[in-house]
Amino acid sequence: MSVFKTALKITRRTLLATGTASFIALGALPAQAADTIKIGLIASLSGPSAKSGEAITRGLTIAIDEINADGGILGKQVELLSRDDENNPGKGLVAARELIQREKVAVLFGGLQTPVSLAIVPFVNQIEVPFMGPWAAGTPITKNGAEKNYVFRVSAVDELVDIALVERAVSVHGSKKPGMILINNPWGESNEKGLMAALKAKGMPNAGVEKIEGSDIDVVPQLTRLQQAGADTLFMVANVGPSAQVMKSLERMGWDVPVVSHWGPAGGRFSELGGPRAKDVEMIQTFTFSGNESAKAKTMMEKLMARFPEIKSEADVTPAVGIANAYDAMHLSALAIKNAGSTEGPKVREGFYAIDSYDGLIKSYKMPFTADKHDALGPEDYLFTQFIDGKIVPIQ
Amino acid sequence: MLITSAIITGLGLGAMYGLLALGFHITYAVSNTVNFSQGSSMMLGAVLGYTFGVTLGWPMPLAIVAALSLCGVFGLAVERFLVRPFADRGSNGWLMATVAGGIVLDNVVLFTFGKEPRSLPSPWASDAISVFGVGAYPLQLVIPVVGIVAAAALSFLLRNTSYGKGMLAVVQQPEAAKLMGIDTRMVIAGAFAVSTILAGVAGLLIAPLFNVSANMGLVFGIKAFATAILGGIGSAWGVVVAGLLYGLVEALTTAFLGSSYTQIISFSLIILALLFMPNGLLGSAAIKKV
Repeated sequence: MSVFKTALKITRRTLLATGTASFIALGALPAQAADTIKIGLIASLSGPSAKSGEAITRGLTIAIDEINADGGILGKQVELLSRDDENNPGKGLVAARELIQREKVAVLFGGLQTPVSLAIVPFVNQIEVPFMGPWAAGTPITKNGAEKNYVFRVSAVDELVDIALVERAVSVHGSKKPGMILINNPWGESNEKGLMAALKAKGMPNAGVEKIEGSDIDVVPQLTRLQQAGADTLFMVANVGPSAQVMKSLERMGWDVPVVSHWGPAGGRFSELGGPRAKDVEMIQTFTFSGNESAKAKTMMEKLMARFPEIKSEADVTPAVGIANAYDAMHLSALAIKNAGSTEGPKVREGFYAIDSYDGLIKSYKMPFTADKHDALGPEDYLFTQFIDGKIVPIQ
Repeated sequence: MLITSAIITGLGLGAMYGLLALGFHITYAVSNTVNFSQGSSMMLGAVLGYTFGVTLGWPMPLAIVAALSLCGVFGLAVERFLVRPFADRGSNGWLMATVAGGIVLDNVVLFTFGKEPRSLPSPWASDAISVFGVGAYPLQLVIPVVGIVAAAALSFLLRNTSYGKGMLAVVQQPEAAKLMGIDTRMVIAGAFAVSTILAGVAGLLIAPLFNVSANMGLVFGIKAFATAILGGIGSAWGVVVAGLLYGLVEALTTAFLGSSYTQIISFSLIILALLFMPNGLLGSAAIKKV
């Protein structure tokens, strides 16, 4: 016991000493020799969501290459610093502190996971550094209630997605009593609220809400409950693995019900994992390369193939939303810094509001951000897609 | 219909827990130690089965034999490097060492196999058949049979064969067992190999129904340990019965109360069951001879 106590004492002392020393050292350092403008990224670079981090990195890289080839921002080259959040909100917050306080990034980018972004939001608002969301769709990320909101987003927003999902269920499938199958985490909860509100606005009843876990092998019990409650359409909100389990369970049950989904399945090998019913999922996206005739999309695809030789076809850039959102978000951030004429957080924030227009990959943005609107994309930018042979294609 | 589908789901799931829990049982029975990387061993079976059978295109029977053999080798390594050095010194360090070993394996697989989950195709999990009016894959019906056969085989082996009795003697009187010519080290190492092979079987059986990924074993490993304790870790039948019961409770709770209550109810029942039956469902209190 005494040995343990001594060890603890030493550890505490050492920690304290190290902390003080680094504090003094940090304070004594001259202002960072800022010959580049640093952009931070905190996303899942390992683990089951690693593909999302890869997509965001690719979008940011192409945008940064273009910006640098054009002379950079404010005469300085742009540099990307990436950190892995390991899908863990605590680790994401630690990385945010490191990138902002030590590396002095001008804008911090987030990743796919809503819980990680939600952990970072209060910190960036307090330290006054802009945080850009290129993927995580949780409503409270941008609607965070801060007096001075430093969080911007170029991605879908749950509450708006939920309205679009309900709209599609009603207009395309004539749904009168939809059921919900949602992942059991804050993302699922955020959408439960959004879907309930969207259904209430239409005066529609629901057949119930069922939760799934990432480790659920068999979702038949949950789906049977919804079927018995009279669900005529299913709203699905879950990532690739659990969404695949839902589709396999539907196949086994022989229940041919329309599935209108958030964009969770749009990663990895959903076609392979979800079995024969995978193609039936109608999934919301903000962008696809397939069926996209715009010149910008074609150029972007060529640039991606040139920069990342492992990309051979559109199937290798699935899902494209991460790439496209990050690409546009990076160019918008560059405009904001240019408008600010500096990398100081409060000025860059004002710089976002001052963006007049930008002709992006997803769309032509006009006044994308205002003090009341921190989301550059809205329901008019969403499209419904399905998985065909590993590619995400718009539903005709 | 709701109850039939819940029972099919529950028995399949429960047998999975049972197979993993049997692995905990067998090492506990011969050495009073357990391999906390059972969940990772299960993942290893599935990942190796996928690698040999799908990536390398070997015939499936060969892929299965190769995957299970390597699972056995992993078990031997766990015993030799993560359990024996600690157990020999009377330390409980193996508890943490086996947990750490599992985490290391998960991450090595994440690195080599990749980050994306994959699907292991099986003819037994492609076309649903109707069982009492409910759709099920044949594989779902095979899993409980495998679980029960494995429990019966282990129980028979340990109680009715001289080799099995020798194994049990190792834990009761290691010195006497040695004097009787039983190679205790071999017996214990063998038990670890059997435990990881059982986990590998569970992984291969579950993979076509689920998906194959580096982190697939974590939750199953935890639940399987819970069922091993619930069943009475010293009893092969106990752990399998507990596994089946636990799977049924999970599926029936989900079916009748909704999925929000599944974990609350199932784990609360484990606590309650252990309060009233501290040695587990079929376990018996260890007799201490003074």
